[in-house]
Amino acid sequence: MAAKTKYELKMGSATREAFGKTLVQLGKENKDVVVCDADLSKSTMVHWFAQEFPERFFTCGIAEANMVAIGAGLASSGKIPFVASFSAFVMTKGFEQLRVTVAYPNVNVKVVGTHSGISIGEDGPSQMSIEDLSLATALPGFTVLSPADEVSMAAFVRLAAAHNGPVFLRAGRAKVPVVYGPDQQFAIGKGIELLDGSDVTLMAHGLMVAESIRAAEILEAEGISARVVDMPTIKPLDNEIVAKAARETGAIVVGEEHLVDGGLGVKVAQAVALSHPCIMEFVGVTTYAESGTPEGLLQKYGMTAANMAAAARRAVARKK
Amino acid sequence: MQTRDIHELEDFCKKIRRHIVEMITEAKSGHPGGSLSAVETLAVLYREVMRHDAKNPQWAERDRFILGKGHACPVLYAVMAECGYTPVDQLKTLRKMGSIYQGHPDRRFIPALEASTGSLGQGLSVAIGMGLAARMDGNPSRTFVMLGDGEIQEGQIWEAAMFAAFHKLDNIVAIVDYNKIQLDGFVKDIMDLEPLGDKWRSFGWHVVDFDGHDLQAVRNAFAEAAATKGKPTVLLANTIKGKGVSFMENNPKFHGMAPTKEECDKALKELA
Repeated sequence: MAAKTKYELKMGSATREAFGKTLVQLGKENKDVVVCDADLSKSTMVHWFAQEFPERFFTCGIAEANMVAIGAGLASSGKIPFVASFSAFVMTKGFEQLRVTVAYPNVNVKVVGTHSGISIGEDGPSQMSIEDLSLATALPGFTVLSPADEVSMAAFVRLAAAHNGPVFLRAGRAKVPVVYGPDQQFAIGKGIELLDGSDVTLMAHGLMVAESIRAAEILEAEGISARVVDMPTIKPLDNEIVAKAARETGAIVVGEEHLVDGGLGVKVAQAVALSHPCIMEFVGVTTYAESGTPEGLLQKYGMTAANMAAAARRAVARKK
Repeated sequence: MQTRDIHELEDFCKKIRRHIVEMITEAKSGHPGGSLSAVETLAVLYREVMRHDAKNPQWAERDRFILGKGHACPVLYAVMAECGYTPVDQLKTLRKMGSIYQGHPDRRFIPALEASTGSLGQGLSVAIGMGLAARMDGNPSRTFVMLGDGEIQEGQIWEAAMFAAFHKLDNIVAIVDYNKIQLDGFVKDIMDLEPLGDKWRSFGWHVVDFDGHDLQAVRNAFAEAAATKGKPTVLLANTIKGKGVSFMENNPKFHGMAPTKEECDKALKELA
């Protein structure tokens, strides 16, 4: 059920931190969980797992292609490998291995891409992953996840491990607001209505979920009733929640820290085209960014609550 | 290791070669040269070296084999069929729609295959993952991976070579089917690999260099690999592309071209 009360968005930890912490818990519960790293363990935060379980942690050096295929071998022998690196590197340098050695034979590898989007900040575009969801969703059989906060990330690390099949799990570098209470239930393939609304739906994943909640508050003051839906699973898409939003609100704005040419927006547009065509707007990355503060970059490249609200106004206007 | 009459093994190799020629002729496409060059190593591996059971292909302690050079799958299909994994009488469905004998090894069609291959350079890494899992579990399983000589031009092979030696993985064995020919011509003209043994040695591997068509030499090479502890072993099997069929031997044309019906008949006479 959608929440009736207003959101108090308090700043939480980065999703990469929640990933690293949950991985340690998971390691204690399941001895088959192993981790492969390409010299970024302190950044992806799998270093905590390495300290706790050195015999189950494999440093591959800076060699992502080899790392992905080693993960496939570990999985083929019954292990549950979490293969982690910056999303920009593991998804591009490891893509051919993900295609032929993981996706095609449907091997149980969990790929974790941290430092996704442009909110990594000062390191600049070579480290910013804005194509990873296009690549991951292009692989048949892959489950693609992008949690919004520390609570949902902790849940999805466990869901990814329990799922039998390849998974891509997207994490961010920057601290993000906590969206969920501790009792929230999550499931792969299920979106979550966070706020109900009737004029337009704001649909998002990752850090754009909190921005969408803020946008809904801006719109409410203007008399526009916005529904907010978190889509932590990009693939397989929750077609029902999309069709329901299209039917009941007549307009959907998709917000994501990813190229608008791929990712959630095009998946939702495809689902809407097949179910209940409606007005759509897309908020996301359109080009390679630059160095800067995370906040400054999100503002300059148009991924804030104000951008979501502006897109919602356009969508509502187009309905008339 | 079982001791077999070497003449029986020779006969087995001839039978595998006949299968290869007939399968590829029937398919009208495929890779005869690199299949024929790998016959002796695969014959000794499946008949004498690996601990495996065709009736129990998912046995956790089995030894594993990955064909990195997936295009040479006719030799693997023929050997696996003759070992009881898959039907011998369907070998001639190679590359046909619906056949379990796909153009490159595909686990979806033959679950007893340890990996789906066909994109060169990935098999050694997969073998490493299996070796790590076996070591973690105290499982005696060993993993063998056959690489093409052209294949080891791929950078990932050397990422994997570094890894295996650094992690002292002595339960994996790489076999290079060093037949000196790749698709576009002779390896020495495309991208020379020499000094190949020195390259592997400098990466920390134990290297065995031998005649890959001499069955006793092949046996000895596998025995040396089994006895080598604390580092991985690579077997450099010096072979002849198209071995056993006079007009295919050392002929780059037969890397990826099927024989005609007449060529097939001629080849089968030589392999009788």
